[in-house]
Amino acid sequence: MNTVFYLSGLLAILSTAMVITRSNAVHALLYLILSLLAVAMVFFTVGAPFAAALEVIIYAGAIMVLFVFVIMMIRPDPTASGSNEWMRPAAWLGPGAIAAILLGELVYVLAQGAGQATGLAEIGPKQVGIGLFGPYLLGVELASILLLAGLIGAYHLGRRADPSRGDKS
Amino acid sequence: MKGIILQTGVALAILGVLVAMSAGLIWLERRLLGLWQDRYGPNRAGRLGLLQVPADMIKIFTKEDWAPPFADKPVFIAAPAVIMVTVLLSFAVIPFAPGVAVADLNIGLLFFLAMSSLSVYSIVLGGWASKNKYSLLGALRASCQMLSYEVFMGLSLMGVVMLAGSFNLRDIVEAQRDLWFCVPQFAGLIIFLVAGFAESRRLPFDLPEAENELVAGFHVEYSGMKFGMFFVGEYLGIILISALITTLFFGGWLGPVLPPVVWFFVKTFAFICWFVLIRASYYRPRYDQLLSFGWKVMLPLALLNLAITGGVVLAAGR
Repeated sequence: MNTVFYLSGLLAILSTAMVITRSNAVHALLYLILSLLAVAMVFFTVGAPFAAALEVIIYAGAIMVLFVFVIMMIRPDPTASGSNEWMRPAAWLGPGAIAAILLGELVYVLAQGAGQATGLAEIGPKQVGIGLFGPYLLGVELASILLLAGLIGAYHLGRRADPSRGDKS
Repeated sequence: MKGIILQTGVALAILGVLVAMSAGLIWLERRLLGLWQDRYGPNRAGRLGLLQVPADMIKIFTKEDWAPPFADKPVFIAAPAVIMVTVLLSFAVIPFAPGVAVADLNIGLLFFLAMSSLSVYSIVLGGWASKNKYSLLGALRASCQMLSYEVFMGLSLMGVVMLAGSFNLRDIVEAQRDLWFCVPQFAGLIIFLVAGFAESRRLPFDLPEAENELVAGFHVEYSGMKFGMFFVGEYLGIILISALITTLFFGGWLGPVLPPVVWFFVKTFAFICWFVLIRASYYRPRYDQLLSFGWKVMLPLALLNLAITGGVVLAAGR
């Protein structure tokens, strides 16, 4: 379990470094997804499976899909210099290898059975909930206000102009 | 050491059963569709057309494994593998009978949601790597549809979690000894059914591959075994959603007389047939209808179900 922890930590650092150094948006995005998966693995090994699952569901599974969605919409111009680079197989070897190692770790951890946390006790969903709605209630409320503001902002930007109400298109 | 060998054996057996079931579904679905649409379906190869399955498999394995020259090859090859890996990993947390599961994870339900949200990448990257306008449109539709329906898929299951008091699928089954959750969580069941159809991209929600407008959507450039993996991935998705409905709402392996595994498969099989029946009888909605139905009807309904369940659980003082 210790080996798995250090290996995922190393992969997280490695792929985060790759995110920063890539000049190409698609490269960076793929490494960012892997970085999030590696961090989820780290959470899992230190005994926070709930945080690990949320990391994958929300960050890797939802927010990153939106990033990919946007990149698909703006489809880089293949004639522009450098943008063809990510089509080469070499560009995919790195992400592929890291993903394979993470998959191997996950299979190993599942086979071992959960609950053998590194040093610490396992923190389940219940403790997380008690923490969030106990001492950290103020933080939760502030975050919800922030999200609501973001939601209203997005709604305003996405609204169709209505000439009958004096909106300018 | 003996435990590891036993565990590996169970995992391999589950894998074998799943792959065999999804292959058998090719035949079953076409026969059932034929029955419900007043025609025969495959009935020539072998008795009852049963040899259709090996015939199809020989065809799909020996077809030329072709990738279009303009495609983004590595992603094009990796995309079908992603859906197989994520769907098969989801099965790891499903308890088929007491003690028969690959992993007894405390966050089992969340693990399933995580894997199902990762499976979107398969469709999106596959459609995108094909460099074809139809597949790109299919991929765009898929990412939007699956993201939207994932939101209330998770919310619809929280009622079950509240009643059982655990994310562990084994505990959820044990909590249904007195009453199956399909009764107190009927709204949750309906919402999960709809979201499950959308997540497995089955007929009422098969807009990512709508063949009469997008040719075949995200897998239009795929052929041979790479297409086969998308195909098997879809069938495995059906089995997964059916198994989850059984586990979460219909008491999993619980049942009288028959052994637990048999009960589990009988219930799962009934829901697989239900999936086929819906395909035989429903039409495909327009894309904007699909999205507004998700956000304006299902999401508020899921939130309402969550609030009411929470209130009742709180009032009952459990």
